[in-house]
Amino acid sequence: MASATTTTQTVGLSSPPEKLSIMARLRKGDEIAFLVTFASALSIVLITVLLVQRLWADSVLSRHLFSWHFLHTSTWDPVQDQFGALPFIYGTVVTALLSLVMAVPVGIGAAIFLAELAPRKVSNVLTFMIELLAAVPSVIFGLLGIFIMLPLLNHYIVPIIQQIFGFLPIFQGKFYGVSYFSASCVLAIMIVPFIVSISREVLIAVPQSQREAMMALGATKWDVTWRAVFPYAKRGIIGSIFLALARALGETMAVTMVIGNVPKISASLFAPGYTIAAVIANEFTEATGDLYISALIELGLVLFAVTMIINAIARILMLGMARQESTL
Amino acid sequence: MGSVSFEEFMTRRLLLTGALTAAVLTLSIIGCKSSGSGSEPVTLNGAGSTFAYPLYSAWSSEYAKLHPGLQINYQSIGSGGGIRQVSEGTVDFGGTDGPMTEQQLADAKSKRVTNILHFPVALGADVPVYNVPGVKADLNFTANALAGIFLGKIAKWNDPEIAKANPGVNLPPDQIVVCHRSDGSGTTYVWVDYLAKVSPEWKSKIGVATSVSWPVGIGGKGNEGVAGFVRQTPNSIGYVELVYAIQNKMTYGEVQNTTDKFIKADLNSVTAAAAGAVASMPADFRVSITNAPGADAYPVSSFTWMLVPQDFKDAEKGKALKAFLLWGITDGQASTQKLSYAPLAKSVVDKELELIKTLHY
Amino acid sequence: MSKKYPPRYKQVTNVVMLSLTGLCALLVVSVLFFILGYLIWNGARSLNLAFFTNLPVPVGQVGGGMANAIVGSMKLLLLASAIGIPVGVLGGIYLAEFGKGLFPSTVRYMTDLLNGVPSIVMGIFVYTLIVLPQHHFSALAGGVALGIMMIPIALRSTEGFLRAVPNTLREGGMALGASKAQTVAKVIIPAAMHGIVTGILLDVARVAGETAPLLFTSFGNQFWSQGWNQPTASLPVMIFNYAISPYEDWHRQAWAAGFVLLTGVFLTNIFARIVVSTKRSPARR
Repeated sequence: MASATTTTQTVGLSSPPEKLSIMARLRKGDEIAFLVTFASALSIVLITVLLVQRLWADSVLSRHLFSWHFLHTSTWDPVQDQFGALPFIYGTVVTALLSLVMAVPVGIGAAIFLAELAPRKVSNVLTFMIELLAAVPSVIFGLLGIFIMLPLLNHYIVPIIQQIFGFLPIFQGKFYGVSYFSASCVLAIMIVPFIVSISREVLIAVPQSQREAMMALGATKWDVTWRAVFPYAKRGIIGSIFLALARALGETMAVTMVIGNVPKISASLFAPGYTIAAVIANEFTEATGDLYISALIELGLVLFAVTMIINAIARILMLGMARQESTL
Repeated sequence: MGSVSFEEFMTRRLLLTGALTAAVLTLSIIGCKSSGSGSEPVTLNGAGSTFAYPLYSAWSSEYAKLHPGLQINYQSIGSGGGIRQVSEGTVDFGGTDGPMTEQQLADAKSKRVTNILHFPVALGADVPVYNVPGVKADLNFTANALAGIFLGKIAKWNDPEIAKANPGVNLPPDQIVVCHRSDGSGTTYVWVDYLAKVSPEWKSKIGVATSVSWPVGIGGKGNEGVAGFVRQTPNSIGYVELVYAIQNKMTYGEVQNTTDKFIKADLNSVTAAAAGAVASMPADFRVSITNAPGADAYPVSSFTWMLVPQDFKDAEKGKALKAFLLWGITDGQASTQKLSYAPLAKSVVDKELELIKTLHY
Repeated sequence: MSKKYPPRYKQVTNVVMLSLTGLCALLVVSVLFFILGYLIWNGARSLNLAFFTNLPVPVGQVGGGMANAIVGSMKLLLLASAIGIPVGVLGGIYLAEFGKGLFPSTVRYMTDLLNGVPSIVMGIFVYTLIVLPQHHFSALAGGVALGIMMIPIALRSTEGFLRAVPNTLREGGMALGASKAQTVAKVIIPAAMHGIVTGILLDVARVAGETAPLLFTSFGNQFWSQGWNQPTASLPVMIFNYAISPYEDWHRQAWAAGFVLLTGVFLTNIFARIVVSTKRSPARR
């Protein structure tokens, strides 16, 4: 085959290689590989665009009637056909961010332990089981939340928090079990497996040379981990946080069972609240009336927008941190 | 690169391929086997009221024994869901605890080019459940008490409106914690329908629907959510279906009816409510029987309806559906009581038989 | 090294921080053990042979099972994997190997958006896309809904693990005269295989427990469902319906179903890991 002799090239040679014929290129598979993978990536874009288009089209009634008021009104009244999204947006953002605050440090800490400290066999077994947590159906988390977490919070944890931090407005008010805080706790447990599992894999993948270089400088194990391994793995870890955040924003069943389902905004984390996903899940199957359905779908659109904004902010932050390969 | 030998690698590849093939084959075999004997059975798909789910599933199993080859698949997605899906034509019949409005009927007609008819199939009720520390007795609730509590006007358990109906009961001066349904539901529809009838303020401010804007209270998901909340929260009150309260042995209160008697919900008082409404029953059966007249009537009772299209494209399916409906309102009534539903009164059934004749198949 | 080096404060920080990570791991693991234990305790003692072989029976009757739901879930996951894994993994390869520029950035962004769609909205989407035009619910619609949900995680994790493979391997392959495709297929992917499979398994695990997208697509069925065009029962929907019902017997079955679901995912995990297991590359520990 002529191509066998024409493709050898080493860095530094001044003469460019001969161009391969199309058939030869195809046989090598590069073009096909590119086309196939490109087609997959394209299909994802198409699906997302189609989804947004559907949400946009099906929410037209509500959008035309309420326009921007939808975003800053707090009334949700299906009987009078008055719909406002603010309490749900508030609840979604608060619970998602709070669950991240709880899950990320714990998740990354656990990942570091499993990747750097634990003996490999133990680490493998434990990680395997943590990943199983991702398989527990959402509704079972909800049930466990109701029967176990709520009483736990009610009798032990919340009273302690209120004793110590009760002067802060976010911790005031009577606690009935169902609340933003409870939902965030349940969410945190649900998203931790993603953070632990993927962060651990990324940490393990950091080349040993990085660790050895640091150790040669006389660093402690923690130094090695925090200053050599962790920064190298930062991108992957942040990727896992994104995945976790996305899950937290869209989680429906478990949240609706422990958040209280009250469409009001409260400063206190211990007050009941509502999220976009929860209200859609609660009311969509029963919603009759085109405006009502359209309002619920518009809520779905709003959640999309919220996700877009949070993702965009995070990406801008990451751009600031971009080092070697700029992959954004 | 991995340090697996080539032989190991190939063995694992073969194992994987073999296992996948085995899995696919097994699934196909199961899939074929599950079609049962020879010809494919006729399947009728229904959806709607969760309240009626146990009844339809019991009927489906009994009817299948009498008519093998006919499968009736009913899924509980809620009354509103039943109305929607039967209007869209994605299911053959629907179940609902709240009758369709004129608007909904018109929408259905424009989508399916046919009328949707309502057939009552059984009776149920909503009951007030509560958890007041120290109170073990059945509390009596007047109409004003219930309306006031759910409007947020009556805030404490020892409010005179509640106390005067319960002489001798030690009601604490504590804040009432209200719990309602967060998900749209026929149970809610029945409850707020009753409240709207006894409280003009509720009717004008809140209104009647499967989902409303509650002035006060926490939202529990499903009957389980409300019951769970009430059980765990002192000084709370909520509403659940009678079936649910009975099955879970919950304490529930008595409600004052139109003759000022306090009635506890049970099969007899619910049947009495229906009987009281029969006289004024419209021909299309879209009637609310909350706050029904009658000395023994329980005021928060309701029919549950089967929604049936008047025309059916598939003649064979249509005939099967009609036969099932006929069976359900006659022989099928025998199953209702042991499932804690109240059966239909004979006068109601007679009227339904008339309406069945108007089905175009 | 003498005991004075590294400096004291660093040694203390070392012990403290490492203990903290140990605590975090302990916290996660104990929560996990608790949940799994509870599920196993409640679920395992509710299991009997009837659960696996019988169809559901109406409330009040004994001997009901979820045979059709188990098979239904397997069917749905099979279809979902057939859609989600290829698109996700191939997309991940695209982003990792050809991934600079506006279009790849857009793809990444859109993937994150898709991942954030609430599961019920996904169900609504597929409902309007497939169920309404067809005028009936189907296993096909359910599988498509789950499949689309699988794509983002598969893609992001594939990309992440492919990126983690050091460039030296890519350069080495090229230096030997292999094309990009050959390098990727025969060197890079095997090196990242462990991570990619982890991502896929996590993905399938998550989707296996999803209820909301199925409510309006595969719907539910008390009987066996033939082919792909009929509504089908599935474990998550059965768990949901039974768990929020008033009947003790159904609660029991819901826990059993949760346990079976978990065990199914568990076994799939083990099996896939055995098949794919390789020792780690020399670049790692």
